[in-house]
Amino acid sequence: MSTAVAVLLFVAITAYAIFGGADFGAGFWDLVAGGAERGERPREVIDHSIGPVWEANHVWLIFVFVVLWTGFPEAYASITLTLFVPLTLAALGIVLRGSSFAFRKTVFRTRDRRNFGAAFALSSVLVPYCMGAIAGAIASGRVPAGGKAGDPWTSWVNPTSVLGGVLAVVAVAYLAAVYLVWDARRLADDEMVEYFRRRAVGAAIVAGAVAVVGIFVLRADARYIFDELTTKALPLVLVSAVCGTASLILLARNADRGARLLAIGAVASVVVGWGVAQWPYMLPKSLKVSQAAAPTGTLSTLLVAAVLAALIVLPGFILLYVLDQKSLLPAEGAD
Amino acid sequence: MSGGVVAGVVQPMLAVNPVGWARSQMAFTLAFHIILVPLGVSWAFMALIANYRGIRHNDADALRLAQRWSKYMAVTFAVGAVTGTVLTFEFGLLWPRFMGRWGEAFGVPFAFEGIFFFTEAIFIAIYIFGWRRLKPWAHFWTGVPLVVTGILGSVSVVAANAWMNSPQGVTLNSAGEVVDVDPWSVIFNDAMPLMAAHMVVAAYVVGGFLVASVYAFAMLRGRRDRYHRVAFLIAFSVGAVAIPIQMLVGDSLARWVYNNQPVKFAAIELVPETDSDVPETLFGTLDSDGTVSGGIPIPGLASILSDPGTGTSTVIQGLDTVPADERPTTDEVNVVHLCWDIMIGFGTLLLLLSGWYGVCWLFRRDMPKSRWFLRIASVAGVAAVLAMEAGWVVSEVGRQPWIVYNLMKVEDAATGNTGVWITFIVVAALYIGLGITTVLILRNMSRRFRDRSVADHEVPYGPSGPAPEAPRREEVTAP
Repeated sequence: MSTAVAVLLFVAITAYAIFGGADFGAGFWDLVAGGAERGERPREVIDHSIGPVWEANHVWLIFVFVVLWTGFPEAYASITLTLFVPLTLAALGIVLRGSSFAFRKTVFRTRDRRNFGAAFALSSVLVPYCMGAIAGAIASGRVPAGGKAGDPWTSWVNPTSVLGGVLAVVAVAYLAAVYLVWDARRLADDEMVEYFRRRAVGAAIVAGAVAVVGIFVLRADARYIFDELTTKALPLVLVSAVCGTASLILLARNADRGARLLAIGAVASVVVGWGVAQWPYMLPKSLKVSQAAAPTGTLSTLLVAAVLAALIVLPGFILLYVLDQKSLLPAEGAD
Repeated sequence: MSGGVVAGVVQPMLAVNPVGWARSQMAFTLAFHIILVPLGVSWAFMALIANYRGIRHNDADALRLAQRWSKYMAVTFAVGAVTGTVLTFEFGLLWPRFMGRWGEAFGVPFAFEGIFFFTEAIFIAIYIFGWRRLKPWAHFWTGVPLVVTGILGSVSVVAANAWMNSPQGVTLNSAGEVVDVDPWSVIFNDAMPLMAAHMVVAAYVVGGFLVASVYAFAMLRGRRDRYHRVAFLIAFSVGAVAIPIQMLVGDSLARWVYNNQPVKFAAIELVPETDSDVPETLFGTLDSDGTVSGGIPIPGLASILSDPGTGTSTVIQGLDTVPADERPTTDEVNVVHLCWDIMIGFGTLLLLLSGWYGVCWLFRRDMPKSRWFLRIASVAGVAAVLAMEAGWVVSEVGRQPWIVYNLMKVEDAATGNTGVWITFIVVAALYIGLGITTVLILRNMSRRFRDRSVADHEVPYGPSGPAPEAPRREEVTAP
């Protein structure tokens, strides 16, 4: 049963990456959109795109935490004990990102909008970097199990963590750009379609390059994960490469109908690949999933909750996206 | 090792025992978050009352009110969502040993809370953004899940806290590790029904009086139009109906504590030694030698309230019945007792104020005309918040030194990370800034609502919807 809950955990992580991640990625594009005048239109598309959905997307993270600490309490305790600094930074970043995004919508003075916008955009980069660094720390076996803390600094300032952080930022920026092409098209704003399409192509190329460099980083710094990624998890790595390349071609040809799904496939298969490569470890190589698992009563409750969530949350989530995509939830100003 | 060198030099200088700082940080972030909770739980209900009135009775003021309230809610909900997220980080960051050992039980209610919070986040987005383009009644119904999930969500969170007070549903082996969990008993532990009810009703008390106090203040400043009146009446009525219920629920909960957490109860009532005919001491302190000094004792009342059936002969267990390291310290006892007095005091004042309002409504079908009523009502929100905060302190500090009652002490649960004092300072600074900004933003919004000449289409850089503009809701609903 611990396997089922571990799968559930990775479903939630993947969902957070492709939904919540894209909202952070949109913050990245907000950051680099330039001055108030030049960046006005891209920011409008960004506001419009993530405004109604970011809070719901954010809840995937809560799900990840709850499943982790309830299903695998020892793993959660070990992770929080060792990775105190990046987790704290991520938490502060989440506060800044969410609140300043909500605040920005309510103010009109350019100076205020710029300040809140900067806080929103900078924290949108900080959070995925920290998350990626945390993933890198876990994957490279720097989080020891058993109630003793690993190194508070080198556990997340190391080649694999830097790779994880950079890859996370690039991947969410890529996802967001692809989504934003779609949103701009929905708004019939051809200039913005082109604007984000060019950036999506650029981000896809950078993401691919980071991934290639990453292979060498992992080989040198995280041998266990490298070995598993090149054997057990190889199909997923290949799926990611194929999806990424295909979406790049579609984007370059300006035929992005399938680009969104392919981009999701590219990012999701990396996340799932990480999970498969780690298997059977929760914390390589000191804590196995089965060892970390909570008693049966708890695990079955989590599965019941997951079924309930599928029955209750999923229809609502789909409704939200359908309404949003049909432009029935127009972005609003303060009045 | 490279980072280790710096850390090795810096850390011994900065290494401070983390337990007190971890407690402070948890207390501070919770105290902040708990102010936003009532708004998340009860404001949607109030907005829906206005929304219903607006559609049903074709009341343009009420409809405008609902729309504006939903926009304030968008801000408070966002701040509540992110500060709530911080708590999920802090459970592990500050209390890793607690989570590592008890996560499998403590986490169970959160599995369901996640569902409710998710649903709430989805529907609040639909409700907030749906004003222009959804049909009126369809839009109204998208707000109803907010009321339900707000209540169920806070019940779930309180269930986890109640479990810390009444840890049931876990089977321990000889080493004290959890080997089996009965999720049903964890969620529906003995403390949960009354604690959850007390928090949910508190959300309506605080939400009602807090929102009402803003409009009372506005009315004092001469904004006595119908819009402000409707806003005040809806919000104040919610608070006024909730407060007597809250007194009854609170009374039952106090009796539950008397029966099940006698040491906490002894701290609440300032009872150093087991006795009958115990006075209810207003204010007063416990001294380090174990005697009570100062305060106004009301003879026998604590005993009578604890069990009216046996009256003054009711015996109340004293603090000295457990060893000193298994009960709150003298300072903690004094904090608990003072907060208890604050909670009861403000609660009683709110009850009296609501009684005044109720009597006027009964006889004249109108709110009290006196300016004094508005003056008091305009500070009722702060009083309600203070009462709630104080009540929460009673519950949390009264449980000390236990994090899981009689099973794990707080000091054994805390992180060994000696840098917590730094994060406490950073978090406190950030939250203070966040709190001030939130209030300024809400005030800013209300000013702009009043000054309708600034429409969002005319401002530069405003997110004016590029989508085709549907007619305003007010016009849509007019027959």
